[in-house]
Amino acid sequence: MGMTMTQKILAHHAKLDSVRVGQLIMADLDMVLGNDITAPVAINEFPKFGQKTVFDKDKVALVPDHFSPNKDIKAAQQCKALRMFAGEHGITNYFDVGQMGIEHALLPEKGLVGAGDLVIGADSHTCTYGALGAFSTGVGSTDMACGMASGQAWFKVPSAIKFNLTGKFSTHVSGKDLILHIIGMIGVDGALYQSMEYTGEGVASLTIDDRFTICNMAIEAGAKNGIFPVDDVTLAYLGEHCQRTPVIYEADSDAVYERVIDIDLSKVKSTVSFPHLPSNTRYIDEVGEIRIDQVVIGSCTNGHISDLREAAAILKGHKVAPWARCLIFPATQKIWKQAMNEGLFDIFIDSGCAVSTPTCGPCLGGHMGILAEGERAVSTTNRNFVGRMGHVKSEVYLASPSVAAASAIKGYIADPAKVQEAR
Amino acid sequence: MQAKGSVFRYGDNIDTDVIIPARYLNTSDHKELAMHCMEDIDAEFITQVKQGDIIVADKNFGCGSSREHAPIAIKESGISCVIARTFARIFYRNSLNIGLPILECEEACDGIKAGDVVRVDFSTGLITNETSGKVFQSEPFPPFMQALIQAGGLAPYMVEKGEKA
Repeated sequence: MGMTMTQKILAHHAKLDSVRVGQLIMADLDMVLGNDITAPVAINEFPKFGQKTVFDKDKVALVPDHFSPNKDIKAAQQCKALRMFAGEHGITNYFDVGQMGIEHALLPEKGLVGAGDLVIGADSHTCTYGALGAFSTGVGSTDMACGMASGQAWFKVPSAIKFNLTGKFSTHVSGKDLILHIIGMIGVDGALYQSMEYTGEGVASLTIDDRFTICNMAIEAGAKNGIFPVDDVTLAYLGEHCQRTPVIYEADSDAVYERVIDIDLSKVKSTVSFPHLPSNTRYIDEVGEIRIDQVVIGSCTNGHISDLREAAAILKGHKVAPWARCLIFPATQKIWKQAMNEGLFDIFIDSGCAVSTPTCGPCLGGHMGILAEGERAVSTTNRNFVGRMGHVKSEVYLASPSVAAASAIKGYIADPAKVQEAR
Repeated sequence: MQAKGSVFRYGDNIDTDVIIPARYLNTSDHKELAMHCMEDIDAEFITQVKQGDIIVADKNFGCGSSREHAPIAIKESGISCVIARTFARIFYRNSLNIGLPILECEEACDGIKAGDVVRVDFSTGLITNETSGKVFQSEPFPPFMQALIQAGGLAPYMVEKGEKA
């Protein structure tokens, strides 16, 4: 029986000729990632695995990005624990404030993930790297500790849903709209324990940043991973960032999928997830009048340069509504500098936005943009659960950078097409 | 190995942000985490939970973040077992890895209410509702996982495996 792209990567890393759905395997890891929330727990667990040091100091990445720059004393202690562990074990890929970026934008940018790799990270959005034709998935701290000690992790081989993409996005529609549309269609457990494999002639029209965003939110459909085939877009990105030769896996022509979903990209519309589930989606023309207090543009989901360009194109020449705040979080130092050099910060600052150093802070209600009781935010982040961005009675509406920027201008959830028409 | 206790009953999609809100993730101290367990969905939970009690929930329990702090907070609060129709996958592996037994069983979820007293036998997968007298059969763990649970979690399992190799 044929294998999916994910199954082939897993089989190869388990040194098996083939794997079948449901099989439990032990696989070799190419990279093990942790952050300032999850790694401290893993560091405490690490000695229990009976190894003096990590399996490979070049294959562990530690990124203090969640509550850093340190938001309080306890957060500072956690970041210090990472710093000390990294020093003690000579971890090559430790990125402190100044080099630090949001982990899932940073690792690809630093060339630490290549096509065909198997990556685990103690962060649920580790599934982002499927954009590069890698298998990557989020795990917990104990798995991270095990991975650091042994270079291995156990997996249950997943079945897959195939998304067959055709056509091209229309204006103001991007990868975020597609993934919100998909989660709205299949639900927050619609791909539970499964792979989301994207294929079809529509893939070629998606930028690498679109693909990062789409794979990033696979977990919001319950999936184990999201993955794109390796094509010219992938190879161009890898050629620029990753020195290793890409290992290209393709699904067999007789691979078995639990479900095949056809999507015409030209029919996808700007989509917003209402509180309190990512699956609670509405098209932009169905949102009604929702007054907002805050807009957040950034995160591992939408903090890439193309996301910032998308937001700036809408914000240019406009002002943020007087009752609203708009916070911009470029995902990495490199993206920050690029945005600055392209003049995007002039646009943001002239329109009344605040630009921050990279951090995950506001996405999970950590710091740098907490909501008060009754406040509403439009955010390009990935979750809108109860209390996610602050007070238990606050609300988060998930959207694309274009919708977020348009909403900042209007002070209500707004259609980017209408803001541009009105200029 | 068995568990027995009173049931806290929850619905679909109980996410890790309500199990342990991120505002408390600036610590990895188990006791401190447990103090805030379920706070944003059930503020009474932590004042009422007793050692051995059981959580029963519907679909997709533990969805969201990879924070192991979620099963840690549940285990440390005294909960001996979580039964749900389905679990989010990262929560599932985290729970087993830290030695919090969790079981998927549709029938048990249909037949258990808040406050019922429930007994679980992990070796057979039998779930008994002592309040109603009904018995439910859950899928026993595969041999690989039984070995991991018997060892007491992932760390001792890997050490044992290394010694055998």
